[in-house]
Amino acid sequence: MAGAGVYSHALVRGIPESLAGGALRRSGEGSGVDTARAREEHRLYVKALRVQLGLVVTELPADEALPDCVFVEDAAVVCGGTALIARPGAPSRRGEVTAIKKVLSDLGLKIVEMTDETATLDGGDILFTGKEFFVGLSERTNQRGAEILANVFKDYAVSKVSVSGALHLKSFCTMAGPELIAIGSSDQAQKTLMNMQEMSEHRYEKLTLPDDMAANCVYLNIPTKGHVLLHRTAEEFPDSAKEFGKLKDYLLIPVCNTELAKVDGGLTCCSILFNKAV
Amino acid sequence: MTTEVGSAIQVNEESKGTEPDDSEASNPDKTSNGNEEAEKEIQEDEQPESTTQPLKEQEFNSSISDASTQSTPSSSDKKDPTGGKGLFRFLPGWLKKPKSMSQVETTEEKEAEEDIQTKDRNSEDEQPELMKSTSENEVVKGMETEESKTDEIVEQYSLNSAELQTDLQTDKAKKPEESLEKDADMDNEEVVLDEKKDENSKDGEVWKDEDASKKSPLKIPKKIKFMQSKVFMLDGSEFTYEIEKHAKGQIMLDKVCEQINLLEKDYFGLTFRDATGEKNWLDPAKEIKKQIRSCAWHFNFNVKFYPPDPSQLTEDITRYYLCLQLRQDIVSGRLPCSFVTHALLGSCALQAELGDYDANEHKAGYVTELQFSPNQTKELEEKISELHKTHRGLTPAQADAQFLENAKMLSMYGVDLHHAKDSEGVDIMLGVCANGLLIYKDRLRINRFAWPKILKISYKRSNFYIKIRPGEIEQFESTIGFKLPNHRAAKRLWKVCVEHHTFFRLLSPEQTPKSKFMTLGSKFRYSGRTQAQTREASILIDRPAPFFERTSSKRMSRSLDGVPAGGINEVGLQQESSCLSSTADGVKTEADALAIKDITTSLKASQLEMPVETKNNSLSIEGESIYVRHSNLMLEDRDKTQEDLLKHQASISELKRSFMESTSETRPNEWENRLTKPLLLQTEGTSDENQKSEMEEQAEVIVEEAIVIEEVKSAPGHSKVKLESPVENSSIVPPVELAAKESNVSSSDSRSDSEEEAEYHPQTKEGENVKRDQNECKTLTTVAMDSEISVTDIEEVHFPVTVVHKMQDVLEEDLQEMQNGKLQEAKQEHEDINPKLNGDVSFIDSDAMPEVVCYAEPPVVKTEMVTISDTVSPDKTEIATKEVPIVQTETKTITYEAAQGDGSGDNDPGVLMSAQTITSESFCQTMTTQITKTVKGGVSETRIEKRIVITGDTDIDHDQALAQAIKEAKEQHPDMSVTRVVVHKETELTEDGDE
Repeated sequence: MAGAGVYSHALVRGIPESLAGGALRRSGEGSGVDTARAREEHRLYVKALRVQLGLVVTELPADEALPDCVFVEDAAVVCGGTALIARPGAPSRRGEVTAIKKVLSDLGLKIVEMTDETATLDGGDILFTGKEFFVGLSERTNQRGAEILANVFKDYAVSKVSVSGALHLKSFCTMAGPELIAIGSSDQAQKTLMNMQEMSEHRYEKLTLPDDMAANCVYLNIPTKGHVLLHRTAEEFPDSAKEFGKLKDYLLIPVCNTELAKVDGGLTCCSILFNKAV
Repeated sequence: MTTEVGSAIQVNEESKGTEPDDSEASNPDKTSNGNEEAEKEIQEDEQPESTTQPLKEQEFNSSISDASTQSTPSSSDKKDPTGGKGLFRFLPGWLKKPKSMSQVETTEEKEAEEDIQTKDRNSEDEQPELMKSTSENEVVKGMETEESKTDEIVEQYSLNSAELQTDLQTDKAKKPEESLEKDADMDNEEVVLDEKKDENSKDGEVWKDEDASKKSPLKIPKKIKFMQSKVFMLDGSEFTYEIEKHAKGQIMLDKVCEQINLLEKDYFGLTFRDATGEKNWLDPAKEIKKQIRSCAWHFNFNVKFYPPDPSQLTEDITRYYLCLQLRQDIVSGRLPCSFVTHALLGSCALQAELGDYDANEHKAGYVTELQFSPNQTKELEEKISELHKTHRGLTPAQADAQFLENAKMLSMYGVDLHHAKDSEGVDIMLGVCANGLLIYKDRLRINRFAWPKILKISYKRSNFYIKIRPGEIEQFESTIGFKLPNHRAAKRLWKVCVEHHTFFRLLSPEQTPKSKFMTLGSKFRYSGRTQAQTREASILIDRPAPFFERTSSKRMSRSLDGVPAGGINEVGLQQESSCLSSTADGVKTEADALAIKDITTSLKASQLEMPVETKNNSLSIEGESIYVRHSNLMLEDRDKTQEDLLKHQASISELKRSFMESTSETRPNEWENRLTKPLLLQTEGTSDENQKSEMEEQAEVIVEEAIVIEEVKSAPGHSKVKLESPVENSSIVPPVELAAKESNVSSSDSRSDSEEEAEYHPQTKEGENVKRDQNECKTLTTVAMDSEISVTDIEEVHFPVTVVHKMQDVLEEDLQEMQNGKLQEAKQEHEDINPKLNGDVSFIDSDAMPEVVCYAEPPVVKTEMVTISDTVSPDKTEIATKEVPIVQTETKTITYEAAQGDGSGDNDPGVLMSAQTITSESFCQTMTTQITKTVKGGVSETRIEKRIVITGDTDIDHDQALAQAIKEAKEQHPDMSVTRVVVHKETELTEDGDE
């Protein structure tokens, strides 16, 4: 069974010019995305994965026709050698999965597709804790999608939790350690966590962060480095950064994500991490 | 076969024969049931509906009825004196008038059943209803026989049955047999060994029995019959046993475990397919025959409670059987897992079975011979083989352990799934597991209720309910209902929940509510050891690891090929596989083939049987069973400390074991001895200090954890009268103490003590129930009463009698009646009143019942309550026949009541000034006297209600006892009058498989 954060590979994708104008965003208005800056931040993110952590990173070129294509996380859920190709809730994003599917297949993963037309699922709603899955039922993911996921990853309990006030479950809730859940401090986030705890047979510690968005972080367990956490920088979220700083025995890698955050992108959104050794 | 007869009498001051004594009380008789062994007689449809013989009834009192003389204790044939026969003489005339309406009802029901059953099959075994009437006749005829004789018999018989019970409790398989033999000796009867196949033999028995009883009514025919039963093991082998016909399930389970040398047997159980093809667990505490009814005696040996952490099992052999079960679960699809996990588990199994991979021996395709997956692919086999090579050096036991370490992480490990629908009719699955209840839509977990979250588990008809403790998210208690396919399924689920909760969550099993006769519905409780207890016990195992042979799964796998996945396949494939294997007991394949046929037959029959249930449901008031637990502990906290503690204990026992081994020989009987000792004594090995502190802490903890069972509440009308203790049982025990508690096996003493202080709050919940219909009141009386009688393990008859005396300053009839109803209800619900919570209660019962009943507030009377007195004809007998909670039990309640005018008058509940309950218990009789003083509108009213439950054999003359009770009550309180007599009787049919 897959452990939490044990990854050998990463799949990322470039940022298209069309992102600034065409990417979906929850709050209609917002400041414009500086594409150049976004690309620079993304480059540093990928570099951290590849260079600092030694992952095998596959980088797909951006597709101008798919403004949101940089958020590869939503396109597939990979666990234990199986990749479930998602059926994104936003119709404009459905095309993103094609390239992702091909790459994952080429990488030797077992591909499972969602053929059910009524199902929707964004990878951003899928939280894998290492022991089980939580599926956020959100604007993008419906119950049918969750049911399909449950059927694909048979080893694990797949529990649904409802998500409101955020785009995805992982917008405010991710893993920050093997049994540690990073959670935002908003009421919605706390309520969701409570719900998750009730649904689970397992016990998790929680790392409560003042900022919901900061709770979207990337945890990895790298053989040579131990616990690694990619998190938002102190410039962006000073209070939350302090909380991260309290983690013992962690390699903390602050990553700036100001631009993509404007279109609801978090740190997890920009990669699909998986372990090929399985 | 158990027969239960109950009756209650309530007598009222105002009751002045307002009604002409026109019709003789023959009608109640009609509805009363004798009970007879199913095989005994072939009944015809034209069985007289009204076998009543008023004249005889009147004679009845002078003579002792001796159904007993005719009955053969060993074979458990019995005829019950029908409820209320002898009674009539003691009743005022007005009481004797039966209510014709209810009669009709009963009749209808009987007919309904008959119809269905006759359609169903021709076998006489299937028509218990009919037999009853016959036996009734016999009873009447036999009434004139000698008194002394009867007494003797009664005594003997009850002695024997008592022994049986005790023995079973001690977990010893042998003793019951001994006592049975003794039984036989005493009665100088031959022992009939019945080697034939059960189906055939039944017929034979039928006739023999009949003959015997007819020939010599004064002699007690006595036979011990054996049934041949087959047990299909997890490795595909098959054992055959001769089991005494009336043996309880435990006996067979013990035999099986003995044969396979399994000591940690509490995790295992036997299953059988009922007539509907559904898998049922054989209740160890109940007679096998009653459970499987007419089905063949074929069982599967299965894991019942999947230990969450198999590494904590003490012996490898236990792990081995768990592995076999899990492999079966995987192959059957019950335990889904991914390809990768499949391959890993398969490779572990391979290593355990074949040892290290050997290129010479293990040629290409060697994996194919084994079946690991419902749809095994070449790819999977290759992967398995590949992984097999990596396990080099693992011993079989290590390979098993590794198998289990992986399997236990699967999300469906140990989850017992049940089909259901939610409130919106959506198909869902309910999964019962060690930690609670899981709700699935397809495979998606849509909800989870850990045991600590659940306040109450109940079922009613085909509905299953859980009451949820308010939590951080929901602020109010809520009850969630699920619709199961049928009543049986609901009950099955309920039972599994009760068992899992008890096994995994409690330290020691709750005592069965048997002693509490106010209960309604199923009295089922898990009576085996809990996980804590079994761990405790198995830590003390100090035998050398037993040798056992790992059966090759090749045989299993071959037979699995081509068997379609599905419910039946389990049985089928095991039988087949046993054909291929040379099993230890050398059963021949022909027998197997026969067995298979049998099963098929019974499966077919099953579909036909369903309507019976349905029919009954519509006609009768269903018992509802409720299982309430109360706990402020978080399961997770407890579990943590538990693990730690057990580890600690394990090391202690390890030391001890090595010490013992070095100094003395191992004593093979040690284990057995321990089993028979009270568990508390078994802890003596550990240091005294330890134990002492454990004891103390335990007491506290138990208060905390107090499990409250209220089975009574069934009819929603009741709940309004639920009495609660005002005291919260809430004291929160610090986690530290929890640790200690885990280690010890609680004694029932401390348990019941502490429970007296426990409490729960149904009152808030009662509001919900008020919405219910008017009928409730009726239901109420009858239901409450019959529930109390549903204990059916050995042949016993409960005969509750309630005599109520009332003193009232003002003749306000309706009012009085109302209070009657109210109090009665209150009483019924809470038979055992917690003395500590009731100011002036004297509690004279050494055998305090374990259930916590708290009397906190004056009962609130709802208008519905008045229904009883509110009837058109002031004199009436209410007769209701119902199954509690399943079809096989026949219950009858007859209420005689004083004329009460129209009872709709005053709804003021009055104020309860005092309530006193005195319980005294003698050999086979429990008498509870409840005195309640109520003030209402300045009028004080004293009510005395006596309830006598006679628990005994068929041979007891219930009518006589009832009459005596009424008489005594009258003598004791000459200034009071009888206001109501409720005769309640429940007969369990021979075929009854459930309580």
